[in-house]
Amino acid sequence: MDALMELLKVFVTGGLICVIGQILLDTTNLTAPRILVIYVVAGGLLTALGWYQPIVDFGGSGATVPLTGFGYTLVKGALEGLKKEGILGVITGGLKSSAAGISVALVFGYIIALIFNPKAKD
Amino acid sequence: MKFQKYANSFKDRPKYVSNCIKAFVAGGIICLIGHFIKDGFLSIGMNQETAGTWATVVLVCTAQLLTGFGVYDILGKLGGAGCSVPITGFANSVVAPAMEYKREGPVLGVGSKIFSLAGPVILLGLATSWAVGLIKWVLQIIF
Amino acid sequence: MGVKEGKGPQARWFDKILQDDYYGEKTFEKAESKLLKNSITMAIEKAGLKKQTIDVMLTGDLLNQLMSSSYMARDVSIPYLGLYGACSTMTESILLASVLVDGGFCTHTVAGASSHFATAERQFRMPLEHGNQRPPQAQWTATAAGAVTISQSLGRTDKPLCCITHGTVGRVVDPGITDTNFMGAAMAPAAFDTIRAHLTDTGRKSSDYDLILTGDLGRVGKKILLDLALKKSSQDEKDESVFRHFRKVYEDCGAIMYEDCQDTHAGGSGCGCSASIFAGRIVKEMRAGKYKRVLLVSTGALISTISKQQGETVPGIAHAVTVEVM
Repeated sequence: MDALMELLKVFVTGGLICVIGQILLDTTNLTAPRILVIYVVAGGLLTALGWYQPIVDFGGSGATVPLTGFGYTLVKGALEGLKKEGILGVITGGLKSSAAGISVALVFGYIIALIFNPKAKD
Repeated sequence: MKFQKYANSFKDRPKYVSNCIKAFVAGGIICLIGHFIKDGFLSIGMNQETAGTWATVVLVCTAQLLTGFGVYDILGKLGGAGCSVPITGFANSVVAPAMEYKREGPVLGVGSKIFSLAGPVILLGLATSWAVGLIKWVLQIIF
Repeated sequence: MGVKEGKGPQARWFDKILQDDYYGEKTFEKAESKLLKNSITMAIEKAGLKKQTIDVMLTGDLLNQLMSSSYMARDVSIPYLGLYGACSTMTESILLASVLVDGGFCTHTVAGASSHFATAERQFRMPLEHGNQRPPQAQWTATAAGAVTISQSLGRTDKPLCCITHGTVGRVVDPGITDTNFMGAAMAPAAFDTIRAHLTDTGRKSSDYDLILTGDLGRVGKKILLDLALKKSSQDEKDESVFRHFRKVYEDCGAIMYEDCQDTHAGGSGCGCSASIFAGRIVKEMRAGKYKRVLLVSTGALISTISKQQGETVPGIAHAVTVEVM
């Protein structure tokens, strides 16, 4: 029962975060890339205020998989860096904590882009 | 502005409710997949953080492969924000512009276009983390 | 015509439908260029002319620096004037070509225009493989090219020929739309302005025409234009008589290009939209006797990727030509 409850929490948290994005898409002139940026920045700021950690504790992957989670990782990294190495940690911490995601997205993405061709839509 | 309002009265409204339901389901499913992947890595003895990172890696690679096969844009049309807001949507927006600029060369074509949508996301996210870190640092000094 | 257009309701009118939007080329830009080249060669052949006898060709497309047109012109080596009127290019080229012919400067000219979904989309909007949703008012850039020959005289032919008898150059009208997906609304006032100017100048009424055909207002823009005409008629007695029966003779190429189920949202757009429907369908129907007098009003939204990012509004333009069967 607990496991099922956990899945439900992940589903609902992730779903709700996406619904906010959908409402932004449908009611404003914002395009998807702008919404991604808004999400990362919002995730970062919420983390700084200490409001995102409870969402992560509740929703698990439901809160870390959406891009707000990317902002969360970046800011968390910078804050941890600050604790360990002071101001240098702020400079390196963000990229350090998100290094895997960014590296893979760019390098694997590069490989994919070199292999595949875009298809015309019909 | 007056004309904009007048013109808006002629266009079809987006299907708010069904779009939101689709986004909810799509986003929820993607997060669940992330959760299962993470669980899988946890069960082979990884710690929370490593498993989470690996889950991200797998999600990103899968989304990029789907983009390559020309499937992700169909999912995106169905799921809307449910497919573009998760990390998979970010992965999609890295590959999609890069793929189109293949004929413009591997350096200035693919190499630079790969950042055209993803660049702002990474940059502004990083800038936010700096800002937060710096503010915290200043606050620590003052208090 | 592209693959998607070939599945639409107008397919039977088109002379060639592609099996693949790459058209055997490596890039979509080259495919568009080849599409335009083929349509121009076909137009010349159908008129029974030779490439060498064409004095000038006037063509345009949507891409930066008219890439498709210029490279097409490199390949066919006919004297070439490149035109940019956004999606209004087809009437712009017909209008100028007829002026050149009428003024006695040229004997044979070709006017054409092309657009390609994939090239326009990547220049103006999102990458093809990007997973996003298009809003309901968005239109689908048609993968299409159309061309006509305009000559002083072709001698005797077994079927009647079409003549360009009037042309009205439109003003740029900017209704202040900032949503670049909402081009129908951005262009409708320009189309209205040009049609009204044309009818007032010539002293005609809309009922004097068998068909008034706008380029690519789409389903939403069509509704707006009809409403603008209706509103104006109710305010002004003179406009009332000018626009009487407007609804009966009015149609839009973008609105009829695709079936509803083809998921194009508000319909087709692009230079190729009015070019292909005019050259492919209307000219044939006119020569077969269905229409005697047609007003073609290609409409264009004068946006660029830069103006869009700088937050500028979308200005619209429309040019009109009268085509009559002689």
